[in-house]
Amino acid sequence: MLQPVCPLSEIPPGEAYRWATEPAVAIFHTEDGEVFAIDDTCTHQDASLADGWLEGCEVECPLHASKFDLRTGRVDAPPAKLPVRTHRVAVTDGVVHVELSTEAPNLPPGAKP
Amino acid sequence: MEKVAIVGASLAGLAAVRALRRQSFTGEIVVVGAERHRPYDRPPLSKDFLTGAVTAADLALSPDDEDLGADWRLGVTATGFDPHNRAVHLDSGEVLRADGVVIATGARARPIDHIGVHTLRTLDDAIVLRDALKQSGRLVVIGAGFIGAEVASSARKLGWDVTVVESLPTPLSGSLGTEMGEVVARLHGDHGVRLLTGLPVSGLTGTDQIEAVELADGTRLPADLVVAGIGAIPNVEWLAGAGGLAAATSVPGVVATGDVTGSQHWTFALENPAAVVATLLGTEPPAAKAPYFWSDQYGVMIQFAGHRAPGDTVRIVEGDPEQRSFLAVYERDGQPSAVLGLDQPKLFTRWRRQLRSAPQEA
Ligand SMILES: Cc1cc2nc3c(=O)[nH]c(=O)nc-3n(C[C@H](O)[C@H](O)[C@H](O)COP(=O)(O)OP(=O)(O)OC[C@H]3O[C@@H](n4cnc5c(N)ncnc54)[C@H](O)[C@@H]3O)c2cc1C
Ligand code: FES
Repeated sequence: MLQPVCPLSEIPPGEAYRWATEPAVAIFHTEDGEVFAIDDTCTHQDASLADGWLEGCEVECPLHASKFDLRTGRVDAPPAKLPVRTHRVAVTDGVVHVELSTEAPNLPPGAKP
Repeated sequence: MEKVAIVGASLAGLAAVRALRRQSFTGEIVVVGAERHRPYDRPPLSKDFLTGAVTAADLALSPDDEDLGADWRLGVTATGFDPHNRAVHLDSGEVLRADGVVIATGARARPIDHIGVHTLRTLDDAIVLRDALKQSGRLVVIGAGFIGAEVASSARKLGWDVTVVESLPTPLSGSLGTEMGEVVARLHGDHGVRLLTGLPVSGLTGTDQIEAVELADGTRLPADLVVAGIGAIPNVEWLAGAGGLAAATSVPGVVATGDVTGSQHWTFALENPAAVVATLLGTEPPAAKAPYFWSDQYGVMIQFAGHRAPGDTVRIVEGDPEQRSFLAVYERDGQPSAVLGLDQPKLFTRWRRQLRSAPQEA
């Protein structure tokens, strides 16, 4: 089910929006105008990927530099080892909608329920 | 190039294997590592591993299913090197010959030779220290650098009575400068840890077990446990026959990366191997980023990037040092040279990014 999150105009290109759902989701608006949604919490430790360094279709975690591919959730380098979930995004009438993944999230140690 | 030998199987060694494969090297890779463990992450050893928040299994740097097609010789130490033949002598008696050699033997903790004084560099060190921290008592940490400060913070969290002694007048002034070193060092006092600065240790007492640390002014600090965080020594002794690290790496086909080069930052050991591997393979090296490191003390995330030099001025651009949440920019000739953040990951990352494109990084 797609849920409305925020107007796209609230996320300038190159920026991210942290949607405080449970677990939180980061929505990225790339410089190329694409929109992606992934889990906001890094799979290594408790960091918000929305605070990270967006470059092309990759975000670098703001703490220890693991990079995640926004399209697949794949992690490219340690210290994180597990991918983040990706969520389907649709922009309708200028509003970002997200359909949350039904997979189990890869939350970091300590944050595990 | 058909065969590459990597000496040192930690972060830089693993990053070199990955970089070789990413740069389409299909030949043979042999990795020699003195520790028995698969490459693991050191930063948590002084932080979440000591407090028990993460386990040894969480520290693995490689996912279980990662297959890089390398031959890992773990528990094997390189004892000598002949750079002209690119021949690595191993303690097993074997001589490993390769077309390219990556020196990634890192560093070890500078020791203090006295019973009951711990140092912290390896997983094995951390397991011993974690066990010693299970009861609580009085801990004296010698050295208020990053590792000493992190051990103090972790032990405090576990309920220890902690004193940190530092011979410099201001801790961390070498990395952060005096002004900011002072601010960060106040975290100790904020959390009930005593910090004694400007006093060298003059002696240690105790014969069967440690009893006390004595300072140059006569202060005696009773201790149940002592940890020394007094710096790291690059592991280069095995290169003595080659004339040392600089002589070895002046030979074509031999490169060095990570902490063995004198760096002490995790991100350098992660990123620089791609550049030295490009040198080996004769390909274009990736652009270097500004140096970056972090530390985690008393729940505060400390991040620093750039090239600070004595004389740089410091400007607080966000937050308040008294609240231990702020962003400070170091400036030289009106240009940002470095940036320090306490609990400001988002803003810090923006500034760090800006540093990379600054002219001095070109
Ligand atoms: C407790 C601790 C906390 C840290 N925290 C932080 C932090 O918060 N932030 C940060 O930026 N950095 C931190 N660091 C620094 C970071 O861990 C290092 O920069 C990084 O580990 C360097 O990686 P390396 O592969 O170059 O060297 P190392 O990790 O030192 O690995 C070298 C490997 O080579 C092996 N070796 C040595 N000699 C030989 C030989 N002759 N033959 C075969 N193998 C050999 C060693 O056994 C070792 O396994 C911390 C370090 C420690 C110890
Ligand atoms: S918290 Fe993201 S890489 Fe460590």
